[in-house]
Amino acid sequence: MGLMEKIFALLEHGPGEHWGVHPDDRKRPAADAPLRVLPLPERLHVPLQQHIGAAARPIVLVGQKVLKGQLLAEAQGATSANIHASTSGTITAIGEITAPHPSGLPCAAITITADGEDRWIDSEPAVDPFSLAPKDTAARIAAAGVVGLGGATFPSALKLGLGLRAKIHTLILNGGECEPYLSCDDRLMRDFAAEIIDGIRIMLHATGAQKAQIGIEDNKPEAIAAMTAAARKFAEISVCPVAARYPMGSEKHLFSALTGQEVPADGRTTDLGVLVHNVGTAWAVHEALRHNRPLVERIVTLNGGAIAFPGNIRVPVGALVEDVLAYASLKEVPARLVMGGPMMGSLLPHTRVPVVKGSSGILALTAAEAAAYDPGPCIRCSSCVRACPVGLLPLEMSAHIAASDLNGAVDLGLKDCIACGCCSFVCPSHIPLVHYFNHAKGELAAQGRTQLRNDAAKRLAAARAERIERDTREKAEAAARRKAERMAQKAAEKAAAEAAAAQEAAGTAAESSEVTT
Amino acid sequence: MTGFVATAPLASPHAHSGGRVTWVMGKVMLALAPATLYGFWLYGWPAIHLWVITILFSLLGEAFCVRLMGRRAIPVLMDGSAALTGWLLALSLPPWAPWWLGAVGGLFATVIAKQVFGGLGQNLFNPAMVARVALLISFPVPMTQMVAALPLGSVGAPDFVQGLRITLAGMPNYDAVASASLLGHAKTELSRGIDLVQTFASANAPALSFIGARTGSLGETSALLIAAGGIALIFLRIITWHIPVAMLLGIALPALIGHAIDPARYLGAGTHLLSGAAMLGAFFIATDYVTSPNTRLGQLVFAFGCGFLTWVIRTYGGYPEGVAFAVLLMNALTPAIDRLIKPRIYGRDRKGKPMELPEEKA
Repeated sequence: MGLMEKIFALLEHGPGEHWGVHPDDRKRPAADAPLRVLPLPERLHVPLQQHIGAAARPIVLVGQKVLKGQLLAEAQGATSANIHASTSGTITAIGEITAPHPSGLPCAAITITADGEDRWIDSEPAVDPFSLAPKDTAARIAAAGVVGLGGATFPSALKLGLGLRAKIHTLILNGGECEPYLSCDDRLMRDFAAEIIDGIRIMLHATGAQKAQIGIEDNKPEAIAAMTAAARKFAEISVCPVAARYPMGSEKHLFSALTGQEVPADGRTTDLGVLVHNVGTAWAVHEALRHNRPLVERIVTLNGGAIAFPGNIRVPVGALVEDVLAYASLKEVPARLVMGGPMMGSLLPHTRVPVVKGSSGILALTAAEAAAYDPGPCIRCSSCVRACPVGLLPLEMSAHIAASDLNGAVDLGLKDCIACGCCSFVCPSHIPLVHYFNHAKGELAAQGRTQLRNDAAKRLAAARAERIERDTREKAEAAARRKAERMAQKAAEKAAAEAAAAQEAAGTAAESSEVTT
Repeated sequence: MTGFVATAPLASPHAHSGGRVTWVMGKVMLALAPATLYGFWLYGWPAIHLWVITILFSLLGEAFCVRLMGRRAIPVLMDGSAALTGWLLALSLPPWAPWWLGAVGGLFATVIAKQVFGGLGQNLFNPAMVARVALLISFPVPMTQMVAALPLGSVGAPDFVQGLRITLAGMPNYDAVASASLLGHAKTELSRGIDLVQTFASANAPALSFIGARTGSLGETSALLIAAGGIALIFLRIITWHIPVAMLLGIALPALIGHAIDPARYLGAGTHLLSGAAMLGAFFIATDYVTSPNTRLGQLVFAFGCGFLTWVIRTYGGYPEGVAFAVLLMNALTPAIDRLIKPRIYGRDRKGKPMELPEEKA
């Protein structure tokens, strides 16, 4: 940054950090309650798509008996991930279940009726991960179906592989957990610090990075203490408390807070030699490599004013939200059910929705917490401009989108929006700004697909026209050639005839001359 | 209990800071209250009547337009913006002005300057200032007839009924109470060829008083209370320091330079800052969300322009006071400022180009 930029920043924000918001974190008492384990539900509905890529392909049949950890469905492509059985039992259906998405649309899922034994599949004894080549370590992580547990659910092995190729020097572990209400990472760091540190060491081995920094918001002193104690033996791993500020858990923002650098708009942290992973992912890596256990369960925060006993629960993947809520007891019918945090989580259409690998929390919010107001007119107070951690103009962007001028919104930086929700959170007029941006992004993606289709159709049409033209041209050329050939033949015949006639004439003349001489 | 079903898909976030437009407007009114109450005490019942009438007619104009559009008026009035507009307008009128001045101004502010543009958030110009300027140009005499302060309870101060008579029927013997504001007096004397040193050396020159025992409209009497209210707004996080500081600097810097060069021609910086609507403008008028730029850098440019133009108009213009004109002129520039000055996007430079990757270490 140049000097002018520093002066501008000082005039605009004063000294120090300025982005984001400080929501009431409401993490306690849920964060302090001891970790519980969900009693095994009768049935588990394991979706085939719990990652950003294509859905996995089932390799089991209805009626087949499976053991916990057995492969149910295979990854399809690089950004897909394996899906394993979360308990032992019988496959009773390969059908559909409502996806954890506000649309309430169905997704493909395998239903396991539990036998109650919860018996793990026999696996070969785990080998020392440090004796493996980095590539083989990543392959094992991929086989275990580990995806990023911070919410993006990007396949972890792929990310580690990218890191290896990009020659990264530092691994940042995201223990920010900046979303209010959520404490699953906090609980994990308090209870499984040694396992996380071990997972981090394996990840360092898999990427070739020299050091790891664990970024934890300073509102989690117990987690910081536990992780610091566990990391003490390893000089290459350090715990870095960061200010509690939303969205500190955003990859680029945590990176900036720890390194003081900024990720260029068209780049990734790996371009700057840094790879960011969630602490939960490190735990999953440890489980996969040390115990040969694929990712079949996770810690889920149960919180919100409507929950009688808030806290963190170990939940098998595929358990229904209704099972989890029944265990934690509801005090009242919630006004809103959310999967994930209140800032970026998605509204649940109902409770018959499965917990997936990326589910960090289930929030049952009361009417007072959900704070639903009717939107009013924008008063241009620019609170959203000050809150935006990316430096956008939410009020201007939403005005363009409301007027269907999507390109105007793109010019203002719509594509840089991370949908963190800071703008909507502070808006005194309760304008659903993120709703506008999500709508515009979806619309633009649809337009992009249409454009691709149109381009393809145009290419095909052009190719067809060219082919027809070529055919006609070739036909005409062939006809012309044939005509020329005919003409030539005719000419030749004519010439031959003439020659013959001449010869004949000459012959006759000769004959006559012979006669005359 | 688990029979929960969501009614409609809603986008995140599912939490809110709790801020509301009504509370924002309410806090601004609260910050205006001390200066207003002090003004009431100084100018007595006529000022109170005028204040009530101006706000009433502002609300009436707003309600009329909203009803015309077929919407319910009460929820719109509850946002507090029309009342605040009326309040700010009342503070900028001569305290003993006739009732129709407040009524016409109030209606003009909400109907012509606000609702015609599309209501709250859509108006390009500050409604209170549009109304004030319209009144000043249309009715220059009642808009510049100032009275000397006659505090409530003092001898000769009008009681409730007398005050009502003054507001409704006009001042009976204006000359008895007439007085000139400091800026007006200075302008008049300068135009008569008497320089400022002489003007203020004379015994009957208007006093410069920080606490407000002086002639003027409600909003220009107590610079101290206005500034205190403004600083309270900064602490309440309704406004930031950028606009007030830049606007006051915009007035003070040229005044300092001018006064240093020729004290007989140019008023001093202190006089400028404590006179007229400088404080009210800096803390309450130029800081209007709707008509000021989005970014703080833009706000600095905007407010400095407001201040500088105020000084130019006061010094060289035909009117003794220039805050309203200056703010309106800069309001017109706000869209241009917003277009030119935008926040820097993460990972990009000010022009919006992605940052360069650092050089690879060999």
